[in-house]
Amino acid sequence: MSVLVLGATSPIARAIAREYARRGADVALGARDVAEAVRLAGDLRVRFGVRAAAYRFDALDYGSHRQLVRQAGEEIGSVDVAVVAFGELGDRERSIEDFESARIVLETNYLGAASVCEAVARVMAAAGRGTIVGIGSVAGDRGRFSNYFYGSAKGGFALYLQGLRARMYHHGVHVVTVKPGFIDTPMTWGRMGRLPVASPESLARAVAKAVDRRRDVVYHPWFWRGIMAVVRLVPESRWKRLKI
Amino acid sequence: MAVARWSQREIAGWGRYPKVRALVARPETRADVIEAIVDRQDEPILAQGLRRSYGDAALLTGRVIDMTRLDRMLDFDPATGWLRCEAGVSIADIAATFLPRGYFPPVVPGTKFVTVAGALASDIHGKNHHVAGSWSNHVRDVELLLPSGDIVCCDRGINAELFRATAGGQGLTGIVLAMDVQLERVVAGTEVGPRLAAIEMETVRVANMDEFVRVSGASGGYSYSVGWIDGAARGSSVGRGFFMRGRVTGAAGPARVIGTAGSERTAASLDRRQSDVTPRRSLVDGRYLSFNWLLNRVSMRTFNAVLYLRNGNSRRTVTFDRYFFPLDAVKNWNRFYGPRGLLQYQFVVPPDPQNRALHSALDAVAASGIPSFLGVIKEFGPQANGGLSFPVPGTTVALDFPNTGARLLGLLERLDDLVASAGGRVYLAKDARLGADAFRRMYPDWRQWKETRDRYDPGGVMQSELGRRLGLVG
Repeated sequence: MSVLVLGATSPIARAIAREYARRGADVALGARDVAEAVRLAGDLRVRFGVRAAAYRFDALDYGSHRQLVRQAGEEIGSVDVAVVAFGELGDRERSIEDFESARIVLETNYLGAASVCEAVARVMAAAGRGTIVGIGSVAGDRGRFSNYFYGSAKGGFALYLQGLRARMYHHGVHVVTVKPGFIDTPMTWGRMGRLPVASPESLARAVAKAVDRRRDVVYHPWFWRGIMAVVRLVPESRWKRLKI
Repeated sequence: MAVARWSQREIAGWGRYPKVRALVARPETRADVIEAIVDRQDEPILAQGLRRSYGDAALLTGRVIDMTRLDRMLDFDPATGWLRCEAGVSIADIAATFLPRGYFPPVVPGTKFVTVAGALASDIHGKNHHVAGSWSNHVRDVELLLPSGDIVCCDRGINAELFRATAGGQGLTGIVLAMDVQLERVVAGTEVGPRLAAIEMETVRVANMDEFVRVSGASGGYSYSVGWIDGAARGSSVGRGFFMRGRVTGAAGPARVIGTAGSERTAASLDRRQSDVTPRRSLVDGRYLSFNWLLNRVSMRTFNAVLYLRNGNSRRTVTFDRYFFPLDAVKNWNRFYGPRGLLQYQFVVPPDPQNRALHSALDAVAASGIPSFLGVIKEFGPQANGGLSFPVPGTTVALDFPNTGARLLGLLERLDDLVASAGGRVYLAKDARLGADAFRRMYPDWRQWKETRDRYDPGGVMQSELGRRLGLVG
């Protein structure tokens, strides 16, 4: 088995890479910080004795995405699972002040993610097998007062994955949308007060399980499905007054 | 992280006494750590790992860097056992990864939930000190981030003085980023099954201190040894308890050396759930149980007496986990001691044929009436590393006490004096209350240690509550 992880240096991506390496998969890691990706690849080799390769990957360098997918396939064997795990949270105030900052959030989370998914989909469709995992966010389920740039890009990405899933269905390729709730990462560190956060490792296990069972949309922890169902039910006339 | 994020938290050591408020950052990568140092707003700083030191060694009212996310294993040489890993890799992690391949950390403390950098900062010892020395004796190439932002390498060969100051230096010389640790080959790599190796453990009942020393002296053939003592025994039975000695026993069957790429991979893919050091979900969690009301003189005397009388000599084969980390089976057992927490008093006194200091110390504890549930005794070997490293030749005793306030502090001060007068010392990783004067009597190398530290941290940036209390910083 071989797995490609894009945005590999985030805690969630690291946990997913380890989860698959633990199962014996060879892993290709793509990240902007290639020095860090090299260290992570070393970690997977030492711990699990698998093959692991590191590549420079920039979500906004669209032209390089096909080449990267091809290269990874050559090095670790044709990719069975590709995980699009990168995300750019940005800063709400800065995004409002300066659209350039908002643009990076929108472009990375939506265009960058869609571009690399297309590159992977192309190869997997030709092979007639494989699974694409897109890490979205519960923030994409409804536009909010706070950081709606991030939310709208993740929401757009979820819609994109929905469409891709329908298209790839006819090629024997599966697409999983993962919507993490509060996970113990730098995004939530020091922001959650006493609210519980789930470990990246538990999310990684949930991702691997969703891939095995060919689930379409997964929330993690599971109760977020219920929370978001309620959130979506709030009438817009009320919702717009909430500063959340 | 563009800029380090600091989260206001209340933090405490394993003894849950004292507690302080700190701004804590948790870097995900090496680059993040450097960023956090730059972003400290001129406040003092301290790195912490899994906070298994009991008192205030890992605490600081200031900026604290949680290093647990730096957990990459960078390189491993199966021929020599050298593992290069980041500061936040834990002993539990190393054991779970390498025991199935026939390697084990060279030195392990009573809990596996310590990081390699924490192990160096306390220069931890284990049940094999008499043959293996302490943690720093198995370490080389320590990569240390200084407060200036410079990264230096140190070990016995290069920057040796900095290395000596760092081993046991309680994290006050800089922030460890990575190090090499030499794992011990516990059994020639085999593939006979997940139970590659186990510990053959022999328990011997000892009636008093003198018998303990006799049995301990006669256990040269065992690489691991430790004793449990009844803290309530007095007079001629002071030191009664059990001596538990162990050695590695290999699995039967044809041994096949792990080392070639193919076979190593097979070993790695062994079902990790069956490996006997993989974290198990524990049945009991101390967070929900407090027995503080139950911890009194009568219950303690009964508990210890029953334990002593019911058990005799025995010999059996147990898993590594069971032998080395029995208390880890109960998650958060420190919470049994309730909100006031516990104090552990661990000291070492030089060898003495009459064991006078040991007798007086244990007598003083028994006479005080303050209950001590867990008493552990061990004879250290000849290895002593200088600086602030705790182990020196002699006998070490560790006693757990519920925090009963002034009465306990009074007893411990009397013990300090007794220990210092005997030429002994207390273990800083367990300490929460030692005075600066007593400390200086116990650690005569302190002045030289401080000179080295001040040279590498002239601004006094690296600090801790322990360092402030003992006059080690500033």
